[in-house]
Amino acid sequence: MSYTLLEIASMIAGYARPVVGPISLGLRAGEILGLGGPNGAGKSTILRAITGRAHVFSGRIVRSDGLTISHQWQRPELPPELALLGRELFSLTGARPGDAPAMMKPLLTMPLRHMSGGQYQLLHTFACMCSPCRLVLMDEPTNNLDGRALDALSALLKKLDPGRAVLLVSHEKAFLEKHCTRIVEVGS
Amino acid sequence: MSDWLLFDPMFRIPFLTGLVLTLALSLTGALLRMREEWLAALGLSQIAAVGAIAACPLGLPALTGAFGAAGLATALRTLLPRVDNSHHALLILVGWSGTLIVGSYIDHGATIGESLLRGQLYFTRGAHLAGAATLLALLLSLFPWLSPRLLTARFFPDHHQANRVPTWPYRTVFALLAMAATVLGTVSIGAFPTFAMLFAPSWAGFVLANGWRRSLVVSCAIGLVAYTAAFALAMIVDLPFGPVLVAMLAMVGGLRFLPGISSIIATTKWSQSRE
Repeated sequence: MSYTLLEIASMIAGYARPVVGPISLGLRAGEILGLGGPNGAGKSTILRAITGRAHVFSGRIVRSDGLTISHQWQRPELPPELALLGRELFSLTGARPGDAPAMMKPLLTMPLRHMSGGQYQLLHTFACMCSPCRLVLMDEPTNNLDGRALDALSALLKKLDPGRAVLLVSHEKAFLEKHCTRIVEVGS
Repeated sequence: MSDWLLFDPMFRIPFLTGLVLTLALSLTGALLRMREEWLAALGLSQIAAVGAIAACPLGLPALTGAFGAAGLATALRTLLPRVDNSHHALLILVGWSGTLIVGSYIDHGATIGESLLRGQLYFTRGAHLAGAATLLALLLSLFPWLSPRLLTARFFPDHHQANRVPTWPYRTVFALLAMAATVLGTVSIGAFPTFAMLFAPSWAGFVLANGWRRSLVVSCAIGLVAYTAAFALAMIVDLPFGPVLVAMLAMVGGLRFLPGISSIIATTKWSQSRE
């Protein structure tokens, strides 16, 4: 039987001033919850409120005991001239390079400075998905991904461990509808 | 000076002090570059120079003044919610102007200020060597703990926060190590040579090597080659050590632009992608 990993109750969150809310939602183990809505609705701010990066003005976020979180950022900035190899970045989230999808293997031996923005985004996304964290926050993971990469991401989402959950932000309604067990529209 | 002075016991402690500092500064510089904070090194070294020169009229050792000023700047940096290179540029301006202004008010201030900016390695003593060795020992022993935390914070900025892992221990330890390296470097080899040693080895090393550990080893090797060559050249040709070291590091750093090196990098990329 699935159990609640995260519960957000009447939360208003933002930075210098409120950006989103009040919003309430619950996330159970095994679920992929989609967050949709127009640009600027505050979808990314919800993810950042969960990680503690954004300020919660009112309401509350309740986490299950010992909940671990990985957060794939929207448009992660490709650092210039870093000698790190893909597998070194991949393992920073606790992910094991052996768990990476086959199409990602060439990236694991490539230095970051040789990667394109899309390859780096792919590496970042899969580092979070393959981490042992029980809650994965994904912010527009389909940006810059080609067809093969999207298929690999879809395959990972389809075989999600029942003890884990994903909170998925995307402006691509078709992708949300294909993979999410529920969709919450933000700012509607 | 002539070449036989290279082997004079009088220069053993200065040479060893510089050698140990080279390793510590190259390693610290790699971490600063990874965090895109390399300009902080110049800001801190300039501030340390102000502290060292201001300590003179107060009857305090230069090292104490340098640590005090750099410690204050580090504490202010830590208190700011976000620090970027504009803040570091401000430190450089304050440090440079402060060194010259404070220096103009004290006896021999101009000479002391000049020596702090360009270095006085030949006058280092056992205390400098002991400080540098302690710093390197701390840096090497803490590195396996520090490096993965700093890397995670760089690539997954809210990973620790999201998992309720306190960030202040590793941020504080790194800030203190960077400050200590900069201060010891400034009072031993000078503010600008210290900055050059923090900047140039990893600038070249990050392009010449694939993989984090390899890039650290290559950065340290580049620093050691540049330092040893500069020390020997300054002795043999009788030139001031600080400027020779900076010139040597600039040359070594510039290797990354040579066509031959570029082809090596291209080959490395090709072989990596085939693995």
